[in-house]
Amino acid sequence: MTTSDGRPLKSALATAQRRAKRRAFLLVLPLLAFIVITFILPIGQLMHQAIYNDGFSANMPRTTAWFAETPPGTPPDEAAWEALAHDLRDAAAARTVGVVGTRVNYEMSGTRSLFTSTARGAARFEPPYREALIASDPKWDDPVLWGTMRQVSDAYSANFFLAALDMTRDVNGKIVPMPEDRQIYVSLFVKTFLLAGLITFTCFLLGFPIAHLLATLPMKWSNLLMILVLLPFWTSLLVRTTSWMVLLQTQGVVNNSLVALGIIGEDGRIQMIYNQMGTIIAMTHILLPFMILPLYSVMRPIPPSYVRAARSLGATSWTAFRRVYLPQTLPGVGAGSLLVFILAVGYYITPALVGGASGQLISNLIAFHMQNSLNWSLASALAALLLAAVLVLYWIYDRLVGIDNLKLG
Amino acid sequence: MSLPVYASPLERVWHYTRLVICALIFLFLIAPILIVIPLSFNAEPYFTFTEKMLAFDPSGYSLRWYDLLLTQPAIPTDVPRDAAWWAQVWNESAWVRAAKNSVIIGFFSTIVATVLGTIAALGLSRPEMPNRRLIMAILISPMIVPIIITATGLFFFYSSPCALISWTGLSQYCGRLTGSYVGVVLAHATLGIPFVIITVTATLIGFDQSLNRAAASLGAPPATTFFKVTMPLILPGVISGALFAFVTSFDEVVVVLFVAAHDQQTIPRQMWNGIREQISPAILSVATILVVISIAMLATLEVLRRRSERMRGVTPH
Repeated sequence: MTTSDGRPLKSALATAQRRAKRRAFLLVLPLLAFIVITFILPIGQLMHQAIYNDGFSANMPRTTAWFAETPPGTPPDEAAWEALAHDLRDAAAARTVGVVGTRVNYEMSGTRSLFTSTARGAARFEPPYREALIASDPKWDDPVLWGTMRQVSDAYSANFFLAALDMTRDVNGKIVPMPEDRQIYVSLFVKTFLLAGLITFTCFLLGFPIAHLLATLPMKWSNLLMILVLLPFWTSLLVRTTSWMVLLQTQGVVNNSLVALGIIGEDGRIQMIYNQMGTIIAMTHILLPFMILPLYSVMRPIPPSYVRAARSLGATSWTAFRRVYLPQTLPGVGAGSLLVFILAVGYYITPALVGGASGQLISNLIAFHMQNSLNWSLASALAALLLAAVLVLYWIYDRLVGIDNLKLG
Repeated sequence: MSLPVYASPLERVWHYTRLVICALIFLFLIAPILIVIPLSFNAEPYFTFTEKMLAFDPSGYSLRWYDLLLTQPAIPTDVPRDAAWWAQVWNESAWVRAAKNSVIIGFFSTIVATVLGTIAALGLSRPEMPNRRLIMAILISPMIVPIIITATGLFFFYSSPCALISWTGLSQYCGRLTGSYVGVVLAHATLGIPFVIITVTATLIGFDQSLNRAAASLGAPPATTFFKVTMPLILPGVISGALFAFVTSFDEVVVVLFVAAHDQQTIPRQMWNGIREQISPAILSVATILVVISIAMLATLEVLRRRSERMRGVTPH
């Protein structure tokens, strides 16, 4: 078969389809490019930061070169001492010795001050440099310190990921667990997942009855009550968090009401905020609409006649609910729970404001390392691990629910 | 839902218990939002109802916290409120400045997100779109990735964005994006895009593609088809997507914390300071204003939804 202008129909169709494909893709291309530049690239840079830190290598070029020339385990010779002394002198002049000390300090605590104090006198060092440096501070003779410096002289390192997993390298470069008292990150990851799971579960417990009620009421009424679900959804997160602070404070509305009702005494006021409980209550409230909306959209089309049929066949109301209604709602339960869990795992603002010390999640620690301790590489490694977890969950969500089925109001 | 006639007494009891439970959950949802409204009129610097307030004594209520919003940080309160005073408020009040920033940043990021998002949604909803699932997943990801990760990545990227275009030789026209309006606008647009994509593609699912073909067969060029046929039909979806994008920007604080400077302080950023340092009822008056705004947004959306259903002939079931 041929088209009117004589071309074979098959190839004409293929050309037309290719053109349609290209046209569809060209419509998406501007946005895709925008997202790649403003979102994917920054996250790539974050990943890079997690394995790259040139705090030592950029500011100690001679020492770095010596490490590169000699095989691992070489004891420092006079050339090495000279390189170190000159680098310390230059770093002190360029005011970068703090950066160098901080970088070494990440791997071996207590060394930052060694670098800064030695560098202060580095301009006056004279050969032989070994004696001059050891006279300045005997810690320079420590082979462990030289081993650590050799490790950090390579700007690329997996050590920040190891640190984020509570592991470290010993003198021989073997991977060993951190000392017990410095293991914090793995348990914080576990706690974050447990809290997110608990919040998802409370959201499910509170969201299911509401979604069921909305789905079974006549449309006129359910639209009206839906406003009560959507208003929190549309209200600023900070407003909702503030409200919970106001409500749950020890001198707040809830405690005052309980005292006025005589349920608790004046000195028995409950500490409901600035701890884990505050995080759980406020996050449940904030994430509840994300559970109710998917549940509702699955429940609404379920015909009420199914349950009626079950009842007419002799099922009790509980059996009819459990065997007939509940299985039909499972897609909604899965969609809502996954969405709430994904959002809860990465939550930052609410725990930061109402979580106190015990209600902090992994995001808060990332922010702490970014803003306070300034260990950006460790923050990036923690962020990369969190991102990996979220992406796995997102992939499962896409498999089970499909991103197209994400609904907002 | 009504109780069936064959319900047993136990089922009746359960039915009413269930209604009470639902009422309590609704209270849990809505009370925290409404509680800030009366408390913001407190005459005392407390976060709870004073006895005068409970007795509905007018002297227990005041507008002092709203007044504080106008006069922070250092605008005289005991002078006549003439045009010069209002001009000073407009230029110097920290909260007014934050509001201006929020509106400016929200406006531009909404435009970017809505224009790019709508065009992309048109492509995504074509049946010929290749790799649709993967591309959709990428475009929605800013909503899923924890905000702290996005903010951290943007902080690194904005500190040295020029490295990206060094090969073009245009680096001299390029500077740090931290502490700039452009940086915050681009970041907020990125965060708003998933909402535009979701709402516009949802509208396009019900869109009859043969209308476009009909317009084309009658001789309309693609642009005319788009503006005269497609656009009016998907407009409600586009507007609700834009509203979502605006609200996302208007409520965003973490990116602002990480990449903005003092000049780009927005309302949420100002609230964050207020909550972290010394929480005063002035925060509650801001909160009240924001609640009123979100009620207005919600009402707009509801009107749009009904209009869209009417236009597309979808009757609510």
